[in-house]
Amino acid sequence: MSKALNRRDFIKTSTAVGVTTVAAGVTLTTFAENKEAVTNQKRWGMLIDTNNLTEAEIDNMVSACMKEHGWGSELHSTGDQKPSWIKKIKVQDRTTKKITSLPLMCQHCEQPPCVDVCPTNASMKREDGIVLVDKHLCIGCRYCMMACPYDARSFVHEDLTNQKEHMPRGKGTVESCTLCVHKVDNGEQPACVDSVNSDAVIFGDLKNSNSKINKTLRQIQSTQIRADLNLNTGVRYSGI
Amino acid sequence: MSNIRYEEIEGNGVGFYTLVACLGVLILAALGSVYYMEHNGHYVTGMSNRIVWGTPHVFAIFLIVAASGALNVASISSVFHKKMYKPLSRLSGLAALSLLAGGLMILVLDLGRPDRLIVAMTEYNFKSIFAWNIILYNGFFVVVGVYLWMMFERRMNKFSSKVGLLAFTWRLILTTGTGSIFGFLVARQAYDAVIMAPMFIIMSFAFGLAFFILILMASYKWSDRQLGDVVVNRLGNLLGVFIAAVIYFVAIYHLGNLYLAENTRVENFILFDGGIYTQLFWYGQILLGGLAPMALIYNPSTKGNRSMLGLASVLVIIGGIIQIYVLIIGGQAYPIEMFPGMDIIEGYGGIASYVPSLPEILLGIGGIAVSLVAIIFLVKFLPFLPESLADEVADPHHKS
Repeated sequence: MSKALNRRDFIKTSTAVGVTTVAAGVTLTTFAENKEAVTNQKRWGMLIDTNNLTEAEIDNMVSACMKEHGWGSELHSTGDQKPSWIKKIKVQDRTTKKITSLPLMCQHCEQPPCVDVCPTNASMKREDGIVLVDKHLCIGCRYCMMACPYDARSFVHEDLTNQKEHMPRGKGTVESCTLCVHKVDNGEQPACVDSVNSDAVIFGDLKNSNSKINKTLRQIQSTQIRADLNLNTGVRYSGI
Repeated sequence: MSNIRYEEIEGNGVGFYTLVACLGVLILAALGSVYYMEHNGHYVTGMSNRIVWGTPHVFAIFLIVAASGALNVASISSVFHKKMYKPLSRLSGLAALSLLAGGLMILVLDLGRPDRLIVAMTEYNFKSIFAWNIILYNGFFVVVGVYLWMMFERRMNKFSSKVGLLAFTWRLILTTGTGSIFGFLVARQAYDAVIMAPMFIIMSFAFGLAFFILILMASYKWSDRQLGDVVVNRLGNLLGVFIAAVIYFVAIYHLGNLYLAENTRVENFILFDGGIYTQLFWYGQILLGGLAPMALIYNPSTKGNRSMLGLASVLVIIGGIIQIYVLIIGGQAYPIEMFPGMDIIEGYGGIASYVPSLPEILLGIGGIAVSLVAIIFLVKFLPFLPESLADEVADPHHKS
C-alpha cells in the first residue's frame, strides 16, 4: 500500500464519520418527533347524529376516507374481499320498522377485542384511544377480524401499488380506520368528519369538558353500538 | 405379559415407496398452492373479509385437536397405569407430534405474511390466546419429545410416568387453548361459549384415537406384524365412548345456545335453515361422523370386525373435519348481530358466501400428508412399533 493510514488521519476520518452519523440521526429524530407526546389526558372520539345525517353525506364520508387512505381501487378483490374501512349501514327496527342509516367504522374501543387477541401486538391502542394496526408487526393471522364485533377490519387480498405516504397498506396485512391519526396529530380532523358540513358528525376530545363533543354528549342522549359488551367505544351515536 | 420388543419397519417394498411417493405428490401440490396463494394474495381463495378463516383453518384446527388426542393412548398407560396400552405409547407420542406438525404447517402457510413467522416467535402479547397457543404448541414438541426419550432410553424409563403426567397436563391445557380461540370470542354469536374448551378436549379424544387406530392397523397390516384382537377391540370400544361424549357436548352446546334469546337466530341458522351448513351438521357431523361409527362399533353384526372399525375411524375423521367446518365457516357465515332488535337491511349482514377454492383444499390435505410422511419415516428409522401385538404379547391377562 502506497500510503499508510496514520493515527491523525484515522482520528480525523472517524470523527467526521461519527459526526455525520450522529447528526443525521438527530435530524431524523427531530423530524419524526411530535411536538407533544400522546397521553391519556385526551380520548379522541366521534359523535354521529343519525337523525341529521343524510345518506348522501354518509356516502361522502366513505368517499373521503377512500381518497384519504387510498383504498377501494383494488383490481382483483371481489365482493366481501374488497376493503371497507367505513361503510354505510341501514338498519330497521324489527317492531316499528323505523329505518336508520349510519356510517360504521372502527369504534376505537377503550377495551378493544382486536388488541386483546393480536398475538404480536400489531393491533394496538394509543394512549389517546386511537386503535391502530402496526403494518410491520402484522403477520396476517386475521384473529382481530374474528374478534371485532363491528366488522370494522379488512384484510388486503392482493398486491397494491402507489400507496399513500402516511398509509403503508400492504398485501397480507389487516387494516382499518385510523381516525386519520396523521391528521389528528397535526391538529386537524379526520377526513370523513371534514366531509360533512354540519354538526351531524362531531370529532373531538371526549375527556375535555370544554370540547364540543363532550358538551353535546352531556346534553343529548347517545348510545354505543353493542354497549352490552362494555367496550366503551370512542365512536358514539345518537338517533339509533 | 412378556417383554415387548420394538423394531423399525423394513419399509423398502414397492408398496412403501408408492405410499411415500403419493404423499410426496400431495405435499408438492400443497406447496404449489401456497406459492400461488401467497404470490397473488388471498383474493384467489374463497376467503374474504367475512369468511376470514377458510378451509386451511378447518384442516389446521382439526389436526391440532387430533394431535393432542393421539397422545391419549400413551397417557392411559403412563398416567392411568393401564398395562395394555404401554406398548402403544411410543406410536402415540409419534402420532401426536406428527399431527401437530402437519396442522401447524397449514396454519403458518395460510398467514397473510408467513415470512414474518419470526415476528410471531419474538413479539408476544400475553393477553392473546394465539400467543399462548404458540407457546403451548412449541412446548408440546419439547414435552412430548422428552417423553419419547424417557420411553426409548432404558435408563430413563423410570421417569416416563412423571413426564407422561406432565405431557398429559400439557395436552389438556393445549386443547383448552385451541377451544378458547373460539370460546372467548364475544363478537360472534356462534362462538362466545366457554363450553368450547371442554368440547374441544373431548373432540380431541375421538379424532386423535380415530387417527391412532388407523395408523396402528395400517402399519401392522402393511409390515406383516401380528396385531391381536384384544388391543384393537379395546381401542374400538374406547372410540365408541369418545364419539358418544362428543355428541353429548355438541347437544349441550346447542341446547344452551337455543335457550338464550340472543343466540336463537344463529342456532336456527345452523340447525334448521342454514342450507349447506345445516345439511353438513345433520348428515355430516351427526349422522356420518357420530351415529354411523357408533353403530359400526357397537352393532353385534359389525362389532369386532376390523374393517368396520377402520371404516368407523375414517368416518370419525371425516365427521370431525365437517364438524370443524360447520363451526368455523358456518359460525362466520352467520352475520354478527351488531344491532340487537334490528335487521341490517343494507351495507352488511346476510349470510356470507364461501366456496372453498382448490388451493385451500390442497393445502389442507397437504398438512395431513406431512403428518403421515413424518410417521412413516420415523417408524422406518426408529423402533416405535412393537414387533408383535398378538394377544399373548399385549394382553396382561391372556390365558393360552
